[in-house]
Amino acid sequence: MEMPRELLAKIDEAITHYPASKRSAVLPVLHLIQEGLGFVSDEAVEWTAAKLELQPINVLELVTFYPMFRREPAGVHHIRVCRTLSCAMAGGYQLMNSFCRAARIENHAHGGHGAAIQKSKDGKYSIEFVECLASCGTAPVCMVNDDLHEKVAPEAAPAILQKYT
Amino acid sequence: MPTPFKKTPHPKERRLVFQNVDREGWSEDIGCYMENGGYEELRKALTMERTAIVNEVKASGLRGRGGAGFPCGVKWGFIKLDEPKPVYLICNADESEPGTFKDRYILHQDPHQLLEGMIISSFALGVHLAYIYIRGEFPTGAKILETAIAEARAKNFLGKNILGSGFDLEIYVHRGAGAYICGEETGLIESLEGKRAYPRIKPPYFPAVLGLYQCPTIVNNVETLCNIKHIVRMGGAEYAKIGKPNNTGTRVLCVSGDVREPGYFELEVGAVTMGELIYDLCGGMKPGRKLKAVIPGGSSAKVLRAGEKYKIKTKQPDGSTGEKEIGIEDIVMDFDSLAAVGSMAGSGGVIVMDDSRDMLWTLNNINEFYAHESCGQCTPCREGSLWMKKITERMLLGGGVERDPAVLKNVADNIAGRTICAFGEACAWPTQSFVAKFKEEFDSRAGKPVPPPMPPEYLPEELIGKEEAHA
Repeated sequence: MEMPRELLAKIDEAITHYPASKRSAVLPVLHLIQEGLGFVSDEAVEWTAAKLELQPINVLELVTFYPMFRREPAGVHHIRVCRTLSCAMAGGYQLMNSFCRAARIENHAHGGHGAAIQKSKDGKYSIEFVECLASCGTAPVCMVNDDLHEKVAPEAAPAILQKYT
Repeated sequence: MPTPFKKTPHPKERRLVFQNVDREGWSEDIGCYMENGGYEELRKALTMERTAIVNEVKASGLRGRGGAGFPCGVKWGFIKLDEPKPVYLICNADESEPGTFKDRYILHQDPHQLLEGMIISSFALGVHLAYIYIRGEFPTGAKILETAIAEARAKNFLGKNILGSGFDLEIYVHRGAGAYICGEETGLIESLEGKRAYPRIKPPYFPAVLGLYQCPTIVNNVETLCNIKHIVRMGGAEYAKIGKPNNTGTRVLCVSGDVREPGYFELEVGAVTMGELIYDLCGGMKPGRKLKAVIPGGSSAKVLRAGEKYKIKTKQPDGSTGEKEIGIEDIVMDFDSLAAVGSMAGSGGVIVMDDSRDMLWTLNNINEFYAHESCGQCTPCREGSLWMKKITERMLLGGGVERDPAVLKNVADNIAGRTICAFGEACAWPTQSFVAKFKEEFDSRAGKPVPPPMPPEYLPEELIGKEEAHA
């Protein structure tokens, strides 16, 4: 697997943060790969393992443990809707439905997480429920890519999507 | 002169750690921080003896702000002055307890306060490499911290020979990736070592004995580390005058749910009661609504029901102890009072529910969280959290069976105390308290004599047959 040069430079820099153990760099390397390449492929798992002198299983078991890592590409814009109590009380589930309608994503009858990430047909948007985003005072909240949106009324979903075209 | 706040703090508030949060014209860059007296405490600390700083922290009575409320000075006291192994400091910025959102503001708006607290703490503990473990859901916060670290390094507050003191320190940001269990300190350490965040078996009870890379490690919450700066400024004895004995300092309470004005409030510990917090600081319940329940310290804390009475011990003027009956509104918001009424101050996340809320729906939401977040290491928690969620979900869908409330309690009772880490209690306490305190709501949704069929495994007749054969 060929790592783009810029990404490789970032990875090499991240590894220097862990002088005591290269293994500690797995999470940062996976974050960088997902940011740069969109998801963590099997090849990326093997590449990371070789880079950090680990077995591939040492890397794969992290990809499957930590919910933020994806083994398949998300949409161009990835939406995370908070599902946890304060947001759910303020309309998080309705917000999820509203986003799905606006982005033309088929919303599974069981809207819970753990299911594969749902994507719109054109690949522009993908959406998932996530647990507490730690902004309960401004519920309901969601993230689009790296941006947090607070006090999002379900009706506001289409307007938010328009910012991400 | 400090600029005014965007929203005027409530007169009962006392801003210490949040003194720069949501201020007009405030920015997170080092220039703004230094114009307002930033890094002065670091200069002061570097002239002090290491043990003197630790003693000030001990004298301050500061208790950890992450959830357990363990005395910070005692934790620090486990680190030997002449420790031959490297000592690590980790800032726990995982902020994952539902209902808690205080650290978000510090990390995003006042990163240098945290760095200053960490540099002082590292100097006191003999740490030369420290990490900030920030949750993956704070990508912007991680970038802000990285910029702040670069700024601090450029001013020689970090790096080699800090301000000519001969003390070296590096701080790095380490991003989590969405796992709640990383807030548990030994799980966090495992995660930082590049493994699954499986909490470690105790003993040793404290990472201060064996922590990161099997070396002595101090793990402190963001808010705790920020307080260190103020303790150095004021002196431990002066800091201890804030709040109440054994509950010193200020605490940021985060209120969410069915109040008119949810938000954060920095208060002297124990300065307000639950009633004042809800009806005064948060503007009361939403129009036409009444208080039904409060989860006082993050979703793991046991729920409190409106109208409940609690018997608490009080100190009489003559020194003897008496007993007093109080209601939910009278509970003082401090560590000891919330423990005395059978719940906990936890992480300071207060979730308020009004009379429109279905407690079964609420518990099911909480159960889904814990079922998703159990790390899977211990069987009682891994299996139990999922079964509790399955049962509450079935009840919610109308398939509740007569014995479900009892089964829920039984499952929860068999998780708490039978797991490696406190997640077992965290996932059992909501179920135990909701089912006990809102018994009538749960019983009324548990009317079926046998479970509904669960296709495709069973046909209904088969299932009923099995039930009867079993009975």
